[in-house]
Amino acid sequence: MRTPLSEKDVRSLRAGQVVHLDGIVYTGRDEVHVRALEKHDKGEGLPVDLKGAALYHCGPIVKDDDGGWTLVAAGPTTSARMNGLEPRFIETFGIRAIIGKGGMSQPTIDAMKNFGCVYLAITGGAAVLAAKGVKRVVGVEWLDLGMPEALWIFEAENLGPLIVGIDADGNSLFKKVDDEVRKNLTQVRKRLDVE
Amino acid sequence: MHPVSFNRCDAMISPELMEQVVVNILRTAVTSLPSDIMSVLEKAESVETSDIAKSQLRAILQNVKCAEEASIPMCQDTGTPLFFVSGRCDGDIEEAIRKGVERATREIPLRPNIVHPLSRKNSGNNLGVGMPQVHFLPGPEGFVEITVMPKGAGSENMSALRMLSPSEGLKSVKSFVLDVVVNAGGRPCPPTIVGVGIGGSADIAMSLAKRALLRPLDVMNPNAELAGLEEELLDAVNLTGIGPMGLGGRTTCLGVKVDLAYCHTASLPVAVNLQCWAARRASARMFRDGRVTYSKEGFLLD
Ligand code: SF4
Repeated sequence: MRTPLSEKDVRSLRAGQVVHLDGIVYTGRDEVHVRALEKHDKGEGLPVDLKGAALYHCGPIVKDDDGGWTLVAAGPTTSARMNGLEPRFIETFGIRAIIGKGGMSQPTIDAMKNFGCVYLAITGGAAVLAAKGVKRVVGVEWLDLGMPEALWIFEAENLGPLIVGIDADGNSLFKKVDDEVRKNLTQVRKRLDVE
Repeated sequence: MHPVSFNRCDAMISPELMEQVVVNILRTAVTSLPSDIMSVLEKAESVETSDIAKSQLRAILQNVKCAEEASIPMCQDTGTPLFFVSGRCDGDIEEAIRKGVERATREIPLRPNIVHPLSRKNSGNNLGVGMPQVHFLPGPEGFVEITVMPKGAGSENMSALRMLSPSEGLKSVKSFVLDVVVNAGGRPCPPTIVGVGIGGSADIAMSLAKRALLRPLDVMNPNAELAGLEEELLDAVNLTGIGPMGLGGRTTCLGVKVDLAYCHTASLPVAVNLQCWAARRASARMFRDGRVTYSKEGFLLD
């Protein structure tokens, strides 16, 4: 799949499917969410166009080589930290894919369903493999937030494997596992003698 | 800064050497995994049956290999630099550690992770008030031993402390550990290692839990009762089905490590400190004659 993504692109994906991404990917974690929404509230524009974008919950290690950035490691961060702001972020900026780890909560899933967005799970901590899926660092915005929190612009090439963790119909692999875990717990508690 | 002296007539370990040792063990820790962790990860990959669980473990193993080959950090979160210094130690080592961390951040490079807790301003060099944290355990040995554990935030954030009622006993301890692992789900990058500290006081319990994570997976708990508890808890959490990255599977945890300290008759503190699959650690021993030995596995000075 190539970014920017259309609503049709993402609505055709099903939870459990494996995909790879090409094209521009933006990183954004806690501080990018806060600043982008603050700017929007003040009627100010963003330095990048997030329409159809893939947003990567990632705080990379980037090396400042004279005249350019070299990506060293770029695995995902825990997406749940962005649960509070993500629904508004999806609605406001029209992103079509979120790449991260650990899944997201129901209000975000609802926003993904309503506005057409998917959640793509990438292996947590597998930062060298992920960096291999980035052809180059195109640039960076808001570097004053610090290296992990800045908005990095990557050009991805075959970034993945990414597992569709939550599809645009609201089906979530994480929820499925959660339900399983809840079922298993009765058994586990019995075994531990802690019912 | 003064050279660290064991006593007046001993040879010195220069601050420059100590700084270099800190850079070296940080590099080893972030670019490779100890063999005990690798072999349990490999075994987990062969035990998993679902494609997704297998794919996650394969990615982890391949990732570590690539990191080691290229000598770059296996995870972009190179963690909070936590140091454990034991043996014949001297407070001066702290300054050498600070310098080593600063240099390692530039040279390896490490991600500058350390910020002011409230303003969130990043210091840019992984240093700050109280950071890096150095745990001193002075001992009679004829050497200084230094171990680094770069601790990722994803797993650290899932840590928890509970001051149980003494009457609640072991049942509640087990129940609490299970709850912490289940509540954490996929967030701490499972498969995790679960460090459990029982007793002491609130701070001691967490400290025990953290230190327990330094014990290699293939080293049995010397206390038979705790060894049994570790095994029981590991079996239990792996039956939850959380699996690698919380995407389902048999491997939620690679190991459970429990340690205890006696505590007040009115208290029963229990702490759980989670460690992600990137369970990084490395050690060095510095001898009086300036000799240094390194261990990728971490030493075991108890
Ligand atoms: S929890 Fe561990 S493996 Fe996961 S991103 Fe953080 S440091 Fe890396």
